[in-house]
Amino acid sequence: MTSAPDVVLERTDRPDTGRLLEVRDLHVDFKGRDGVAHAINGVDLHLDRGETLAILGESGSGKSVTAQAIMGILDMPPAVIPQGEILFEGRDLLRMKAAERRKIRGPEISMIFQDALSSLNPVFPVGWQIAEMFRQHRGMNRSDAKTEAVRLMDLVNIPAAKQRVNAYPHQFSGGMRQRIMIAMAVALDPKVLIADEPTTALDVTVQAQVMELLKELQEQFQMGLILITHDLGVVADVADRINVMYGGSIMESADVLDLYGHPGHPYTQGLLDSIPRLDMKGQELFAIKGLPPSLTNMPEGCPFAPRCIHVQDKCRTVFPPLVELGPRHHSACHFAKELVRG
Amino acid sequence: MAETILEAQHLVKHYPIRGGVLRTVVGHVRALEDVSFDLKAGETLGVVGESGCGKSTLGRMLMRLEEPTAGSLIYGGEDLYTLGTREMRRRRRDIQIVFQDPYTSLNPRKTVADLIGEPFDVHPDVVPKAGRKARVQELMELVGLSPDHINRYPHQFSGGQRQRIGIARGIALNPKILICDEPVSALDVSVQAQVVNVMESLQRELGLAYVFIAHDLSVVRHISDRVAVMYLGKIVEMGTEAEIYERPTHPYTQALLSAVPVPDPTARGTREEIKLEGDVPSPANPPSGCRFHTRCWKAQEICSSEEPPLIARPDLAGEHPSACHFAETMAASAR
Repeated sequence: MTSAPDVVLERTDRPDTGRLLEVRDLHVDFKGRDGVAHAINGVDLHLDRGETLAILGESGSGKSVTAQAIMGILDMPPAVIPQGEILFEGRDLLRMKAAERRKIRGPEISMIFQDALSSLNPVFPVGWQIAEMFRQHRGMNRSDAKTEAVRLMDLVNIPAAKQRVNAYPHQFSGGMRQRIMIAMAVALDPKVLIADEPTTALDVTVQAQVMELLKELQEQFQMGLILITHDLGVVADVADRINVMYGGSIMESADVLDLYGHPGHPYTQGLLDSIPRLDMKGQELFAIKGLPPSLTNMPEGCPFAPRCIHVQDKCRTVFPPLVELGPRHHSACHFAKELVRG
Repeated sequence: MAETILEAQHLVKHYPIRGGVLRTVVGHVRALEDVSFDLKAGETLGVVGESGCGKSTLGRMLMRLEEPTAGSLIYGGEDLYTLGTREMRRRRRDIQIVFQDPYTSLNPRKTVADLIGEPFDVHPDVVPKAGRKARVQELMELVGLSPDHINRYPHQFSGGQRQRIGIARGIALNPKILICDEPVSALDVSVQAQVVNVMESLQRELGLAYVFIAHDLSVVRHISDRVAVMYLGKIVEMGTEAEIYERPTHPYTQALLSAVPVPDPTARGTREEIKLEGDVPSPANPPSGCRFHTRCWKAQEICSSEEPPLIARPDLAGEHPSACHFAETMAASAR
């Protein structure tokens, strides 16, 4: 992976692995009236500088909760993190004081959300909202901060930025609002950018524009990008590495070419097979039977076992370990070695 | 070729925009502008387009859930828009609709039995009262729901199951035409395939004609016999699945197809992408001439002054309807 120069580690609590971001054995539970929902059960992931990591999963797979835990915006309670570490440049975010964490949230790690309209404040001009980043984190005065806001709106290709800096969110289209969100997210030159379904609410032609903008900015600033999505098409287009999540665990982790070319987990294989394909016209689509598991009532053993076509007795009792299929390719399936596609 | 069962002729729908203190009409949202097509028995007509192109309005117009500003809708030899309420209700038995959002389109206080059986309250002669429960269970089985769950409420089902309830409701009266407005968009990938399969098997068994409205081009391609591409209230291109996807002659269709991300990382960088500038213009104030000319990379002078009609224009292998002045050259440049 490419690495940016002149990155200075300020302080190190533990042996530095040189990784920009590393999540180790993360667990997140939600305590509710109906019991405890285990949203995330031991997630490990890492991200290098300039790298694009996709977290692919369906609703309820835990992909957004993982992102929120890294960003530090989980509502606690009801969420609790009973176990795990989130290391940013070697420092554990989960053991930081709130004030210290605040200095990282925004300037170092920032996030784009799916729904730009509800993420922007409707009663303040967009320029003011972008400028807020500079006033809060950089202590700039109003006019300097506004100049910065215009520069950022230009950067994300909003036409006539200078004239539109005082416009309100409702005066922009969906694609433009998402650009404004991106402008806010990259405002302070973060090292990690988390994009949670950034284009799901957009039309395809606009989606293509926004994804390209994200790619450009990532290259320009050498950010590590975590792209959270359910869209197998978008992932194939931009990701370097993919973590497939299901039922709160990572099922498969691989480089993009390996994941699509040699999927090593029945869930990944099922997802890829259920995409409508040209040569399958007129035939029945492959469908994964059944439903995703309920988080309050996780099956014992492999979470995918009830829907798996290759299921064996062992799968229903023993949680599968990560099986190594290649230097950067792991699958959480007991039978990964037999099932991996050549 | 199968017979035509539904014919839309020059459908127009304008919604008034009111403003000022007196709430006078200050303009119109031109949701549909002169849309014509026919639907054959047992076929699937896909309708694709981005948000605001009028595809959902079209779906509602085909059931007369919206009154037209102009145009006619011929079914069984009569214009549905001229019928009185009572006759229209009888015809609606043959044309049913499935809505996009399975979370909001089902009444949360009704059981599945009530929801699927509701059409029989409106049309009591279809199934005698005593046979209703059996019919509801039969419908549930048909769409892949367990008949034992007949007394459950919508919240006890997942999204995919709820959409199956919506489909069961849609086919309860044995319609000839089912209008599906984004039936799988709200569902997860693994569940989408299940619902698409259910819809296809129902079509085979019951001989239904579908109008399948969606923005997901790969799902539309999979399920459709013919496809209509809409932009800003108009059909800009129409043809068989192969004509639209392999030999598109309208620049908007080409751009739309090229913008769809391909789930194949080896194709990265190799496929030519057409990047459209800007957003869809407002349907309250559509551009002059060809509505697409403001975003078209091939636009010439004539495009902003003269509106190209939707007529058969040559593609590379034959011809099919397209609304572009330069369809022929576009067809050649596509490959």
